[in-house]
Formats: sequence, structure tokens, C-alpha cells
Amino acid sequence: MASLKELSKRKEGLVAGHRLCAGCGEGIAVRQVLLAAPRPLVCAVATGCLEVSTTVYPYTSWNCSLIHTAFENAAATISGVEAAFEALKARRKIGEDFHFIAFGGDGATYDIGLQALSGALERRHRFLYVCLDNGAYMNTGIQRSGATPLGAWTTTTPVGKKEPGKLEWRKNLTAIAAAHDGTYVAQTTISHWKDLTQKVEKALSYNGPSFINILAPCPRGWRTKESQTVRIARLAVETCYWPLFEVENGKWQINFQPREKKPIEEWLKLQGRFKHLFKEENRPVIEKIQNYIDTEWEKLLALSSL
Amino acid sequence: MTAKKKVAAITANVACAYAMKQIDPDVVPAYPITPQTTIMEEFSNYVADGAVNTRLMRVESEHSAMSAAIGASAAGARVMTATSSQGLALMWEMLYIASALRLPIVMQNVNRALSAPINIHCDHSDSMGARDAGWIQLFSENAQEAYDNTIQAVKIAEDMRVRLPVMVLYDGFIVSHAIDRVELLDDEVVKDFIGDFKPVYSLLDVDNPVTVGPFDSLNGYYFEFKRMQEEVMRRAKSVIIKVGEEFMKVSGRSYGLFETYQIEDAEYVLVLLGSAAGTARVAVDNLRQQGIRIGLLKLRVFRPFPFEEIAKALNSAKIVAVLDRSISPGSQGGPVFQEVCSALYSFDCSPVIVNYIYGLGGREIELAHFFKVVSDLEDLSEKRSKESFVRYLNLRE
Ligand SMILES: Cc1ncc(C[n+]2csc(CCOP(=O)(O)OP(=O)(O)O)c2C)c(N)n1
Repeated sequence: MASLKELSKRKEGLVAGHRLCAGCGEGIAVRQVLLAAPRPLVCAVATGCLEVSTTVYPYTSWNCSLIHTAFENAAATISGVEAAFEALKARRKIGEDFHFIAFGGDGATYDIGLQALSGALERRHRFLYVCLDNGAYMNTGIQRSGATPLGAWTTTTPVGKKEPGKLEWRKNLTAIAAAHDGTYVAQTTISHWKDLTQKVEKALSYNGPSFINILAPCPRGWRTKESQTVRIARLAVETCYWPLFEVENGKWQINFQPREKKPIEEWLKLQGRFKHLFKEENRPVIEKIQNYIDTEWEKLLALSSL
Repeated sequence: MTAKKKVAAITANVACAYAMKQIDPDVVPAYPITPQTTIMEEFSNYVADGAVNTRLMRVESEHSAMSAAIGASAAGARVMTATSSQGLALMWEMLYIASALRLPIVMQNVNRALSAPINIHCDHSDSMGARDAGWIQLFSENAQEAYDNTIQAVKIAEDMRVRLPVMVLYDGFIVSHAIDRVELLDDEVVKDFIGDFKPVYSLLDVDNPVTVGPFDSLNGYYFEFKRMQEEVMRRAKSVIIKVGEEFMKVSGRSYGLFETYQIEDAEYVLVLLGSAAGTARVAVDNLRQQGIRIGLLKLRVFRPFPFEEIAKALNSAKIVAVLDRSISPGSQGGPVFQEVCSALYSFDCSPVIVNYIYGLGGREIELAHFFKVVSDLEDLSEKRSKESFVRYLNLRE
């Protein structure tokens, strides 16, 4: 596994000049992924913030080959690239060994692209799918997705007299990916660069499909300070909102156990999207969230002790 | 030089699968749908037997089939797929992306009606819905043409003056599942005819990484790209003709933009595409025996539409009846009619032009229906009416 020093000497995969917002968690995540990824490499990206901000024609921020086609199909697109590679290699038209990564936001992955992702995992293409989970459709202006946490304000779950933000729980996409037997699956985030880069190295050395879900805070959508992105990611881990774990050969393993689980309030209060929850009448919602996190954490502990 | 003839009694789907075996594409992503399915079943046998080196991707939807086809083609692979109806409709978003990225993917679309009500039989609504998607569209009358068009499509798509995806179209069941006499080329002849595929850009070029499918905005080049696509589509016409001539040399079968039958002195001309041309030809023979000067123009290339050539071919006719096997609710007539009208109007041609919608959802079209058309045309001619109309054949009214 590469050390920080080694990583720092590598060529950047995503170079300066892109137009992601200041403090964007996606940019940080992609840079970490690309630093850990061996070359040569082909990436696919779903429509979303990452794509529109890094490929403004005639410029590109990508140092490796990249393909964008549409919103819901990054997994299908990269599976075609991988199949082409296998076909051309078998015909001896290509000598080098390539690696393949697809990037999609949570909208592109939890929702509209879930079928394409599931299909590509089931077909066992040799590729890594990275979900950049910022908890909403950010590119189109902060609409709720299947990844948006309960209680969060978004532009389609506004805080009104009757509804205090999103009413439903988020879906557990990492567990859904893990249900595809024989897939290397992990959850990580940008505050834990070592955990993240090691998981990417592992995924890309794996002879089969892999999936990594990366929490990528969004200052615009979460209503947070640009300087706090990494801190908010870390707190998500320390509160057990976003546990770091991996599933390998059916074995679940927690990669970080906080000595003391921090109360979820600490994470919520830094984010404007949860501001309304701190009003007296919404207090029960915070309690509900805390209970939910506790239950999920217990479930994960049980899974990892199997 | 014409190779020794190998003749088989097979369906169009089997013939197309055989063409695919001879082409031996690098990647084929596909998804089952009636009446296309038997192409892929048949091709799967070739894969299972190791008769081809193709990576057959049994994807989980047509949307993913076209997405994977695009990814594979952008990575420098020769790519084919096939679909029908709802499958083509599900691909719709990706069709435009394949053509805009100038990827020479070849796809058979076995024509079938679009739901609702769900109906698995032939009409052309599916491919007509994709007429603006930037794909070359080659229609086939029978299994022989489906086979021949599939092979020519590869060469047309990959020609450096074109580099566009090509759709090969033929009628569901009527052609796809009917056993027909098909002359097959030798494997070597097909290999030589299509040659090797050389990508212009490839995602797998280690020394020259590319960004494919970037973002473009208000001050960008979107309009210019689209204008270039239109220009290259126009240019494709001469390539289609040239490839047809080359194909004649290896097969003895001739292909152009369209085929005419008895139109030189014709007062009335029928215009249509697909399998109904067979019945129409018999109708023409019958009516000619009765002294009626009638002819037939069977379209092969619907995109790019051969405006000028069609106008020239129809100019001396008195009345042109266009038969459409699809419907465009709210418009004046079907898609073929609209194109023929605009060809005749643009080149200041004089024939009266009328439209018949027929065969939706597989509804039969028989000789009697063609006779009905011609008696309508004689009426018009007697009345010297210049009026156009849209009528329906074999519809319960
Ligand atoms: C088929 C389709 N539906 C909707 C859209 C509009 N759209 C583009 S990006 C986007 C949201 C992207 O959200 P997400 O995947 O979460 O990525 P983010 O922008 O947050 O990184 C939407 C809804 C589209 N491009 N294509």
C-alpha cells in the first residue's frame, strides 16, 4: 500500500482548472482515487457535477482517457469499454493491461443508474464503480435523492408547515452492492485518505467487479462552510452516520471503530440543511435519526462479527 | 469476380446472425425482444461454439446495450447489436449519443409496432421514431436484403468519410421469421469486403488519452457539431452508392438508394419501403396487363433521404401514392409521405401526391388493397383533382 509520501509524488489524475465549487468533496475524493489507481486507466463518468465541471469543451481536467455518455449508465458504458479491452487483447491488438473506473453521483447510482450498476456487477466486469455520495442531485440544484438523509432540507423536500424536510430514510446502497456475491465492496470518505486509497488499490487489484461508496460533502447543498468539508466527513465517521467498512468474499469488516460514538447532533448542527431540526417541535426528528444510526451500527457490528 | 454461390433456405434473423458470424465483431451487447430475439439466440450459438471471437455481453436492458456499445466503440472495438420496438424506444437517449460521437455501430432493428396496446407484429413506427437520431437507415425487403445490408452497413459505417452508426431495418415476422432463399457469401469474401476496423480515437490508446463526450455550453460548439453531423450524413449518400457498387462486384446483387420498377412511362407510382414491396410488384404486373401505366419505387435508404434523386425519379408521374407503415398523430400523413412531399416541392415537381397508412400492428396488406389504391388514383385522375389526401388501407371503419 502506497505511503502518503509516495502518493504525494504521483502525477495527479484530475488537474487544476476544473470548475468544481470551492470545498467540493467530490474533487477531493476523485483526486484521492486517481492517486491510488494504477495506470493505464480509463474512466467513465455519469452526468452530474463532476462531469460538467471537469470536461468543459475544449478543455479537460483528466489525465487519463475518460468517457461520458449519459446520466444513468456509467456502469454500462465502462462495461462496454472493458469488454472492448478484453476483445482487443484476445486479438492481440492491445499489449498493456488497463484498469477501469466509473464515477457517479448518488443520484446516478442510488436511483436512476441502480439497474445498470447491478447488471455490470452481476456480469462480473473487471472494474471499480465509485459512488460520490453528496446526498442529493446537486448538479440540478439540490433535489432529494435516495441517498438524502431523513430530515434534510433539499429544494424538493423544503421545510414547510407540515413537512420538516425529507420524510424517508436513505437507502443502504453499499449493502445492496454487497448483495452481489463476489464483488469487493467498501464504504469510505475523504477524511480517511489512507482508508480510501487502500480500498481503491485493493479494488483495482481484484479480479472482478468492485464498488466503493464515498461520502463527499457538498458545501452548497449541505449549507456548510467551504473550509469544513473534510471535518464534516470525519464527523460523519465518528458519529457512525457513515461507518468505514468493507465486504470481501462475503466477510464484513469494520475498518474504524470510534472509541466513543459521538452524538449525531454534532454532525447535524454544522449543516444548514438540518437547521430546522433544532427547533423545539422538530427535536423528536433528531432523536429518530439517532435511534436509526444506533440500530444500523448494531447491525453492522453483528454482520462484522459473523 | 462472383464467388461460387452458396444458397440457403433460412429466415432473415438466421441470415443476419450468419452475417454477424462472418463479420466477427469485437463486442456485441444485446438484450432479447421479439421479433429480434432469434438473431441473438443464433449468434449465441456461434459464441458458445467458439466460431467467433466476439465478446457477447448479455446486458440487463437495451439502454445498457446501447451504452455498452458506445463504450466499446469508443474504445476502438467493432461493435454490433440488434433490437426491436420497445427496445429501440428504450435506447432512444443513447442513439443520439452514438451518432454524435461518430461511432460506427451497426444494429439491426427488426421492425415491430410500439405499445400500447402491446403488439409484437410489424410496422415501422419504431424506426421512424428514430429517424432524427443521426443514424443511417437502410430498409430491407426480404432476408437476402437484410443479409446484404448488414454486410454493407459495416463498410458504410466505418468509411472515413462517414463514421456514423447504421441501422439495418426489416419487417418483423414477415421477413424476420419467414424462410426465404438467401445467397450467402464466403467468409473470406465478407472479411475482405469489410476489411479491418481502424478507430480514429480510442480510449485505449496509452499515449494519447482522450476525453469523449464532454460538456458544451452556451458559448460552445454544439450548433457547429450538429451542422457537421448533417453535412456528413449528406456525404454518406455517395458512400452508400459506392459501397453498393463494390458489393455488386462480390455478390452480383445491385444496391442503390432506392429501387424502381416499371416507372419510366408510369402515370401512377407507388412509393413504399419494406416487405410490402413484394406484393406491390405483383400488383404492378397485374395492373400493367390491364393496360394501367403504373410503377413502383421502393426506398432502401431512408436516412440520408435521397431528395433530389427521388424528385427526379417521380417527376414525370401524374400521381404518386406513398404508403406508410407508421403513423404520426397530428401530422399531415406518415413520415415517408412527408419526405417525398418535401422532395417534390423542393425540386418543383408536378405530380399530385397522396398518402395511405397501412399495416399498423401487423395488419395484412394484400393485392386487393393495392388495387383499391389504384382505383382511387384513377378517380383522381379523371376528376383532374390536385388535392392531396391521407387514407387508411384495410382499416375497420
Ligand atoms: C435521464 C436524465 N434525467 C435527468 C437528467 C438531469 N440531471 C443531470 S445531472 C442530475 C443530478 C445529478 O445528481 P447526482 O448523480 O447526485 O450527482 P451530483 O451532481 O450531485 O454530483 C440530473 C437530475 C439527465 N441528465 N438525464
